[in-house]
Amino acid sequence: MSEIKGEILIKGGFVIDPAQNIDGDIADIAIKDGKIVERVSNAAKVIDAKGKVVMAGGVDVHSHVAGPKVNVGRLIRPEDKLFKSGVAHAPTRMEMGFSVPSVLKTGYDYARMGYGFVMEAAMPPIHAPHVHEEIHDTPIIDEAALPVFGNNWFVMEYIQKGEIENTAAYIAWLLRATKGYGIKIVNPGGTAAWAWGMNCLDLEDKVPYFDVTPHQILTGLMQANEYLGLPHSIHVHQNDLGNPGNYPVTLASLKLAEGVKTKNKFGREQVMHSTHLQFHSYGGDSWATFCSKAKEVMDYVNKQKNITIDLGCVTLDETTTMTADGPFEHHLHALNHLKWANVDVEMETAAGVVPYIYSKDVVPNAIQWATGLELALYSKDPMRTFITTDHPNAGPFTRYPRVIKWLMNKKSREAVLASMKKSDKVIDATTIHTIDRELNLYEIAAMTRTGPAKCLGLSSYYGSLKPGMIADVAVYDLNYKDMPSDPEKIESAFLRAAAFVKSGEIVVRDGEVLSHGHKKTVWVNPKMKENPQVKRDVTESFTKGYYTVGLTNYPVREYLAPHPFVIDVDVEA
Amino acid sequence: MPKLITQVGCPYCGSSCDDIEVIVSDDNKKILEVHNACIIGTNLFMHANDPTRPKLPRMRQADGSMKEIAYPEAIDFMAKTMLAAKKPLIYGFGSTNCEGMAAVARIAEKSGAVLDNCATICHGPSFLAMFDNGYPSCTLGEAKNRADVVVFWGCNPMHAHPRHTSRYSIFPRGYFTSKGQMQRTILSVDPRQTDTAKLADIHLMLDQGHDYELFDAFRTVLKGYDIPDVVAGIKKETIVKAVDIMKKARFCMIFFGMGCTHTDGRNHNIDAAISLTRDLNNYTKCSIMAMRGHYNIAGPGQVWSWIFGFPYCIDLSKGTHAHMNPGETSSVDLAMRDEVDCFVNIGADAGAHFPIQAVQHLKKHPFITVDPNFNMASEIADLHIPVRIAGVDEPGVVYRMDNVPIQFKAVIDGLPGVPSDEELFDMVYERMCELTNTQPVWIAAKEDRKHPANISAVNEA
Repeated sequence: MSEIKGEILIKGGFVIDPAQNIDGDIADIAIKDGKIVERVSNAAKVIDAKGKVVMAGGVDVHSHVAGPKVNVGRLIRPEDKLFKSGVAHAPTRMEMGFSVPSVLKTGYDYARMGYGFVMEAAMPPIHAPHVHEEIHDTPIIDEAALPVFGNNWFVMEYIQKGEIENTAAYIAWLLRATKGYGIKIVNPGGTAAWAWGMNCLDLEDKVPYFDVTPHQILTGLMQANEYLGLPHSIHVHQNDLGNPGNYPVTLASLKLAEGVKTKNKFGREQVMHSTHLQFHSYGGDSWATFCSKAKEVMDYVNKQKNITIDLGCVTLDETTTMTADGPFEHHLHALNHLKWANVDVEMETAAGVVPYIYSKDVVPNAIQWATGLELALYSKDPMRTFITTDHPNAGPFTRYPRVIKWLMNKKSREAVLASMKKSDKVIDATTIHTIDRELNLYEIAAMTRTGPAKCLGLSSYYGSLKPGMIADVAVYDLNYKDMPSDPEKIESAFLRAAAFVKSGEIVVRDGEVLSHGHKKTVWVNPKMKENPQVKRDVTESFTKGYYTVGLTNYPVREYLAPHPFVIDVDVEA
Repeated sequence: MPKLITQVGCPYCGSSCDDIEVIVSDDNKKILEVHNACIIGTNLFMHANDPTRPKLPRMRQADGSMKEIAYPEAIDFMAKTMLAAKKPLIYGFGSTNCEGMAAVARIAEKSGAVLDNCATICHGPSFLAMFDNGYPSCTLGEAKNRADVVVFWGCNPMHAHPRHTSRYSIFPRGYFTSKGQMQRTILSVDPRQTDTAKLADIHLMLDQGHDYELFDAFRTVLKGYDIPDVVAGIKKETIVKAVDIMKKARFCMIFFGMGCTHTDGRNHNIDAAISLTRDLNNYTKCSIMAMRGHYNIAGPGQVWSWIFGFPYCIDLSKGTHAHMNPGETSSVDLAMRDEVDCFVNIGADAGAHFPIQAVQHLKKHPFITVDPNFNMASEIADLHIPVRIAGVDEPGVVYRMDNVPIQFKAVIDGLPGVPSDEELFDMVYERMCELTNTQPVWIAAKEDRKHPANISAVNEA
């Protein structure tokens, strides 16, 4: 791979970097050969950032951008392209789609928003070559992918027998085989039950045949994760997603982290990341009594320091839901009667895809919108609370700037609330109208770059402007000292960065993509001594033919991740 | 010493079997034996030994004869011809790898072409039904490990996908199906007494072209309503019995093929089949799968969906965005209306498979065939460019009929000087960029995208 050479100086901007407790100081950021440095020579290219905000490149902790279910979403929804696609002009290629954008549009749009790293949130291991094919065709942004483990047969069998070391050895093998990043858990046990058309809605529901509970799967994988000392913690999509009255299950799952200690060398402090918490913070016992329990959930999160969350904010758009929570998608399809795609994956997982139209005039949707924002507004620690839309489930990632606008500006929230057909019902079921808090740019920077980078164990590379970091630097046209009174200007500034430097190369100016960048695929290589039993078990599943592919054709070949950025983990055990 | 290479993928049907064993000569030049493959797959491997395989491009001369030319000349001709055309049509891709499909997308976009694949004359109507109604499916391992009821609707895998029934659907012993065939109830819905129908526990020999009615009857019975005494030529008792079997299954698997997709009703048949699958999920677990024909015909649907958002019939001639409207932008319709002014046939045979009127129109304009072998499309072409055979002397990713990606190996060295599809299209793309004085867009730096040259290194990976 050709090295990125050259010097850049981002001059005179309001620098915001929570990693260094810098909040709006006027400073220069120097970049040399792809890294942030102390100083550069006079020959450096200068980006004038005077009167603008300078932050590290954005880090997305959870987004569905590459892989089989994303592509099913693209394939079954030609209407998502109609009148909703971009217009290509040199040097960019065609960029198609809105809620499930093509890989090119994905890369361009993240870059336009000043994002440099994106975590693909669910990779079915057998489909890993597909995920990597999409990743290497996605321009500019660095990407990693989390293989799903929560319904994996090996994992369930080892955990059922209480074999944490074997679980860890299997995880180490699979991360290497799939070039994956960490442990994703989606509806633990529930998706495995879905293979027989069933589900696990409660932590103590038994998984059919495997005789293990979601409780045991979560605890076992949390232990295995700390046994390995991976950069990221377990990344959990909990049981009973999206249903009225699910918040007690959410709290019960979060409580499993109590007393568990982290063990890693990557600066990570949490042992569990709870993703798209908005979908898990509901009260009521039916859609008629549906209400937000964001306050109750965040009260717990605020005091339990070893968990992190991301929001999964509903953006009130027509979008495409897609998740490895197969039974949920079947259930959702029964609610909205739109088309339904499903992919059950042998030995490993499942996935479903259903289009969904979030309308501000539909009371439960409006309550979901409020719930997502409430989570952020009730958070006492922005370094543990990250802005996402669970792209594209609650809305496309291109709506992050809109979510930021709502969080930074009470007036804009009130305008949405007032425009709802049944705003009185929404007010009855939520507390958003009582919250005066408006987040500031420092908190936004923590929630969109520094916090997620730390949570992923990547704080030595991303999420800060310290010398030595990868030079991902975003410049936004916002005056720190004189923020616009019009909230729309906040959204437009974050949607189209004034400049974005990715890995030391200027890829965006004034919201226009200039270059296809030098992207990287990030993956974790746990170095653990060979475990004969796991090796035998894995081999047997292939030779006995429970897998329908060959063992030597299963691991992702090197050339499919042409620009690897490998994080080695020495497992001490 | 001849070498044994195991777990080789087969470049024939949509079953994409990857348990083939191939014995090759010591110098990696010749395939000596092929084990495990069906007779068709075996022959495809053996074809690679054919000493008459084309090694150089051939250009049609003024007198109608074909003359061998050098690759640079062929690449230059292809680049110039496609750029000069107002609306080139690129069709094929049943038999190449995904690397080639991603590479061809670059030249299609550059030249403002229509990009289409064999689905346009095959499972295209199934795509239309998926656009309307979704696709509740699974991987083939799920069918193997769980399915106790398997329905073959308008398909005959015993002939079209010879190892499908032994690897995935009827005979194999899976995790929850350890008794194999003994544990499975097989239904066949086919107007003919096919070899698959002969294996079925119940053969519903429906009147040809009445699939939609029969699906409707199935759904009606499933929902507890009465139906006429005979529907689509099948007695009510038989329908009720079949539905009862499907409803009481632990895991019901429906495979459908051309007999369902390309009979009267087309996409509406598949729409009804998907609805039936969905309805069954209210009672038990049920999945449906299209019996895709070629070993990587699911590939272009995947690759182009992530690049352009559409699986087939992709009109890029607007230059700014892609547009799909089967009927308007589908290959045969474009050709029948004589709307394209250059035709590029890649890894398929439009000469053999398109209606003769369509081929006659296409023949009025420059006609380029990219294929490892001689076929009807190569023999009527103005330019035939040979490439390596994906899965035989070229590795790469292919998508099986269930959209599982399988990383195929190369078993022998390619013919000297003959490029892979990907290399050829990348060279054409570079030439197009030179001719238009534009910068090529390489997302994965090109020098890093070369395939591992060392076959044994791949096999050990």
